Amino acid sequence: MCGSDKKLGEIRALILVGGYGTRLRPLTLSRPKPLVEFANKPILLHQIEALVEAGVTQVILAVSYRAEDMEKELTEQVSKLGVSLTFSHETEPLGTAGPLALARELLSASPEPFFVLNSDVICDFPFKELAKFHRSHGKEGTIVVTKVEEPSKYGVVVYKEDGQIESFVEKPQEFISNKINAGMYILNPSVLSRIELRPMSIEKEVFPFMATDGQLFAMELQGFWMDVGQPKDFLTGMCLYLTSLRQKNSNKLYDGPGVVGNVLIDPTATIGKGCRIGPNVTIGPDVVIEDGACIKRSTILRGACVRQHAWLDGCIVGWRSVVGRWVRMENCTVLGEDVIVKDELYVNGGQVLPHKSIALSVPEPQIIM
Amino acid sequence: MLKAVILIGGPQKGTRFRPLSLDTPKPLFPIAGFPLIQHHIEACVKLEECKEILIIGSYTTNTMAQFVNDMQKEYHVIIRYLQEFTPLGTGGGLYHFRDQVRAGNPSAFFLLNGDVCADFPLKELWNFHAEKANALVTIMGTEATRQQSVHYGCMVREGSTKSVTHYVEKPNSYVSTLINCGVYVCSLQVFHTMADSFQKKQDGFYSGNGQTSPHPGYMSFEQDVLMQLAGTNKLYAMQVTNWWSQVKTAGSAIYANRHYLELHRDRMSKDKPCTILPDVFVHPTAVVDSTAVIGPNVSIGAGVTIKAGVRIKESIVLNNATVHEHALVMYSVVGQEASVGEWSRVEGTPSDPDPNKPFAKMDNTPLFNTDGRLNPSITILGAGVVVPAETILLNSIVLPHKHLTRSFKHEIIL
Repeated sequence: MCGSDKKLGEIRALILVGGYGTRLRPLTLSRPKPLVEFANKPILLHQIEALVEAGVTQVILAVSYRAEDMEKELTEQVSKLGVSLTFSHETEPLGTAGPLALARELLSASPEPFFVLNSDVICDFPFKELAKFHRSHGKEGTIVVTKVEEPSKYGVVVYKEDGQIESFVEKPQEFISNKINAGMYILNPSVLSRIELRPMSIEKEVFPFMATDGQLFAMELQGFWMDVGQPKDFLTGMCLYLTSLRQKNSNKLYDGPGVVGNVLIDPTATIGKGCRIGPNVTIGPDVVIEDGACIKRSTILRGACVRQHAWLDGCIVGWRSVVGRWVRMENCTVLGEDVIVKDELYVNGGQVLPHKSIALSVPEPQIIM
Repeated sequence: MLKAVILIGGPQKGTRFRPLSLDTPKPLFPIAGFPLIQHHIEACVKLEECKEILIIGSYTTNTMAQFVNDMQKEYHVIIRYLQEFTPLGTGGGLYHFRDQVRAGNPSAFFLLNGDVCADFPLKELWNFHAEKANALVTIMGTEATRQQSVHYGCMVREGSTKSVTHYVEKPNSYVSTLINCGVYVCSLQVFHTMADSFQKKQDGFYSGNGQTSPHPGYMSFEQDVLMQLAGTNKLYAMQVTNWWSQVKTAGSAIYANRHYLELHRDRMSKDKPCTILPDVFVHPTAVVDSTAVIGPNVSIGAGVTIKAGVRIKESIVLNNATVHEHALVMYSVVGQEASVGEWSRVEGTPSDPDPNKPFAKMDNTPLFNTDGRLNPSITILGAGVVVPAETILLNSIVLPHKHLTRSFKHEIIL
């Protein structure tokens, strides 16, 4: 690990990338999760761009496996943003707190607080406000919380009106709070003294003690939030993200004949005649959508092809995959890289591993090896 | 001179063909673009000696009038419909109208069950029959699998003369793989045998021994004629290898469609309204967009509209139905005036005979299996059914005039 001296005042962030991203298979069999494109941009770049926007100059990626192609590709992309990228490799998975201990030298090089975030989170990143709020209360740490509809499925955060956290309650049976940890924090280097270099959970072994000491505050997230670590949530997150783009009047959204609702189409993609695209569709670079296709609530990744008269709803089509003519795919179907779905088939909730050619319909949800 | 009799039964029969038979009487259901029994008529008129065709059944004359009229015009032979006063079985109607059959003293007559489809080799059957001096009836027989044979009439023949020594209808245990196709040549003297059987049945009925008969005039050609004649050297069977199948279930319509299309390939129209994968029948009044892809094994009825980018295979689309843009229809029957929405998928499961078993026939599986679940079958849209856009209808049966609002799988929709 490189531990060169960093000048004072440099703002750092640590992103917990972790393991193989098995929940997002079959996509992550071909590409490390941080590089899987969400709304036509690698998931990790969404986060790094937002961090750069908030003045972060050094990003540390805590990874528990080595992926040289990922390191190369990310370093390349990130250099354009004027931020330095450091990889911190765990020899064994260290949980959500251990990686901070591993990067202790880098994180404590200056007295400035640093950001920590889980790599699966997509939202309107509030890093500037987070830093401001953190400075205003002067305590050791601040975590971002977000509102959920069904708090009983999560661990909830109970805090005072000023934001000071009182307690964390795992899966409450009676309503006590509807705010959950959004997986984004800002911490003072002093927090590192609470963390050991071993597999350790920041949620269970660090935050509760900080709360007891009155050192932890909560900041409510405005706008959408989604953990996009699995296909179903990936698509839901995409819908929320596109809606948020619409609200911001972003000129990134596509407008043209045959497009319905919020749709993102890379300029290098080609769309045939008589198609109906949208709502909530992302179409990647070099994608070909042939005449008469209908696509809703789906992500089509780079170089894929959706052939004539196909109908897709709730699908992720992997890189360079081909969806045949008159194919119907729905119900969270995910095609890995370079999959071929033959003409006229029906795929209902199929998870298809890379480089597979399917010649038979998949009428019920199933993994196709 | 020869005659032909086609037995079509009545509205009480053919319930396994529902819901297709709810809208159109089964004998008139179009296969390969023509009513089921028109294929029988075609086979008959190919024989020059065949001068009259009698259709016997218990449908009202009204139901049959238009068809009979059309046939008369088209084929220039005498074609008449004779309505039974009550369903009389496969033998009772024929015996009741025996004078009509005998009139003009034909050398023999063909007797054809209306619910079979085949490449009827009537000429060969007639030659075979004529060679046997004492033959009253010659049965067209075909090979079935050991397992399936018990669902049919089974015959055992004497090796050299081909006379039938034993005949049994749907036996409980295996008897023979040679089965009765429901296609016969009969000499007029068969009515003597029928008279004897008729007398016996009458006696039984009025003495109280024949209570199982619904009517004193009821007679089964198989039970009361063929079984009586077996072993008397008056009954013969000619074994054929031509294509033959029963049309019992709706699923068999798709299978029959494929074979009749193949049989009539030569008379199919040469102009193609769109991409056609043979064999396909498109009625001249159908409006088909040039970007549609149709076939194999598709019949498109009169006044049908097929919109842009539609794909249809292994299906029958009945008169005045509409299939909207980008829709896919496969292994299905789309009823008259029915409508399939854009980007919808109407899909059934093929129920063809096992192609890997020689001599296998259609398995006329019941609608439900032993667990009470719907057996996978072709998808059927009754008349006037509306399938909304972007939905899927899989292995389902929709009764007439239902407007669906969502997708359905493995369901009967009343």
